[in-house]
Amino acid sequence: MTPTFDTPTWDSEGRRVDRFIFLTFNGLSFGMVYAAVALALVLIWRSTRVLNFAQGAMATACAYVAITVQQHTGSYWLGFAAALAAGFVLAAIIERIFFRRLEGAPPLNSIVIGVGLLILIEASLGMIYGIANRDLQHAFSTTTYKLGHAALFSNQDIFTVGSVLGVMVLFAAIFTRTDLGLRMRAAAYAPEVARLLGVRVGRMLTLGWALAGVVGALAGLLVIPTGLGLYPAAIDGVFVLGFTGAVVGGLDSPVGAVVGGVATGLVLSYASGYIGSDVTQLAALVLLVVVLLVRPEGLFSTTRARQV
Amino acid sequence: MTALQRFWSWTLARHLVVALLGVGAVILITDQVSDYRNTQLTTLGAYICVTAGLTLLTGTNGQISLGHAALMAVGGYTVALILQDFSDNNITGQWMLPVALLAGTVVTTLAGVVVGMAAARLRGPYLAGATLAFGVALPSITSQFTSIFKGDQGIGLLFDGPPASLGSSFSFSHWQAWYSLFAAVIVLFFLANVQRSAVGRHLRAVRDDEIAASLAGLPAARLRVLAFAVSSAAAGLGGGVFAVGLQTASPGSFSLTLSLSLLTAVVIGGLGSLTGAVLGSIVLIYLEDVIPGFVDRLHLSSASAQKLHDNLPPAVYGALLIGVMMLLPGGITSLVRPVVVRVTRRTTPSTGGNR
Repeated sequence: MTPTFDTPTWDSEGRRVDRFIFLTFNGLSFGMVYAAVALALVLIWRSTRVLNFAQGAMATACAYVAITVQQHTGSYWLGFAAALAAGFVLAAIIERIFFRRLEGAPPLNSIVIGVGLLILIEASLGMIYGIANRDLQHAFSTTTYKLGHAALFSNQDIFTVGSVLGVMVLFAAIFTRTDLGLRMRAAAYAPEVARLLGVRVGRMLTLGWALAGVVGALAGLLVIPTGLGLYPAAIDGVFVLGFTGAVVGGLDSPVGAVVGGVATGLVLSYASGYIGSDVTQLAALVLLVVVLLVRPEGLFSTTRARQV
Repeated sequence: MTALQRFWSWTLARHLVVALLGVGAVILITDQVSDYRNTQLTTLGAYICVTAGLTLLTGTNGQISLGHAALMAVGGYTVALILQDFSDNNITGQWMLPVALLAGTVVTTLAGVVVGMAAARLRGPYLAGATLAFGVALPSITSQFTSIFKGDQGIGLLFDGPPASLGSSFSFSHWQAWYSLFAAVIVLFFLANVQRSAVGRHLRAVRDDEIAASLAGLPAARLRVLAFAVSSAAAGLGGGVFAVGLQTASPGSFSLTLSLSLLTAVVIGGLGSLTGAVLGSIVLIYLEDVIPGFVDRLHLSSASAQKLHDNLPPAVYGALLIGVMMLLPGGITSLVRPVVVRVTRRTTPSTGGNR
């Protein structure tokens, strides 16, 4: 359930720096994945005030789409593209069918529906594919570049960081530079006014969910090959880490989600490197509780009152 | 008002009568059914303990928990460790298990106070996420301290079977069912009184409008912690008897799936109603029982039958959870209650409430 780190052995005191460097790069790479999950959560939270507990299960479903397409076509990238497309469509469908009808309902209802979808999606995946662990390929080599004895990063790490950053830049451009992005922001912040001005608010909210579905699917494709393996509940643990990242940054801030995700990745990498790889989820819980108690609105939130 | 009516309007007496009827029903039913059914009843008792606590927390006080299986694990592991300690010191006796269960309940209550103090400051999705993180982190605690918790394998529960005085035909599973169902009766009796008491009304007041409740002088934060503590006590006892039923405490049996299934039971039954918690638990056990039989009748290949065996029950829970929440937010009890109310209205003249 927890990501395991491929930890080299350090045989002498002099290797401490090497170890620190390795853990830092490792943390950055995983942190970008958590940032992607966090961003997916934040995109949906900002526009519809729903914390999507089915996010992880949706990403797992997309990873199964990837592996199926890869087996039939033999192409990694066709599977990759199919998974992102599936993330887009699945999230849009889920928003239309389930969450649209919950507008104005108490928050408990949307949480329960999200949890119901989480159970339903994971169980459906289990019925179709079984719970046996499958291998999802890496896009690139995982051999790390070395500086002296210090392991730095691999091509896969570069791809992980690059693809998540690329998606973030793309989203930022859409939201701030295009007419569509303006309409989406208007629909999220002032739905009544936007509707009066002719914005198709419902359609914009669905689009926001769909974009979040794409980032979520990307996170799944990046994190599953890192020793997790693909099985129906594969992303449950990563979802919690992404949620931690989102809370660290503040659920209202996309920039905060990215910074929070990376910070979570670093903290957990150091914790698992210096204490033991079993403590990842425990360290995440501690981090989450500390942030929630000390600064519940997150590090980057701009909202004045706590709506926790 | 006749003496009988006056007696019946006294809440504690009414609950005591119902609890005694429950004890009688447990003794009768567990005696009649097979060992297999008694094993199921053991699980049912454990589920009822936990869902009753969960419905108080979520329904009555409005706090959600996605990690109640972790609290059950605290109870189950405490019971297992204490029994292990007893047997290491060659202490035996029938009193061991009740003492261990009591200790498990106390330890889980303390854990619940700690979790509740963190939770009291959180709302809605934040609380749900934090309790989810708590539930997911639990297996990593058991594997971090392998020497104590024995990792994935877990700890076996060592306790004596039924005493000879109950007769030689009194089976071990019958004995387990007694423990579990009596625990459920105790929890229900206790929680029914809490629901009907001033504390219960205060919990509901905090749920409905925390600011108004605070202005009326209620210590909202302390009440939220209290709800968590009471709910944890029920979960701890439930986890203890759950481990008694399995005869082991292992991380796999207190999974996230269990947390979410129990939430399903509470929602299906009807949030905030103890009757709903019992009905929801029965639905859960019933589905666990009939779905594998249904799958077997489909005559599938063994591989796909296995997939359905493992995954059809949670798929049905998930679908029920969504369906009930969207179409019948009051759960089963909202279907039953109007009928019951109509019948009781007709038989007993209204005396202006039960207190």
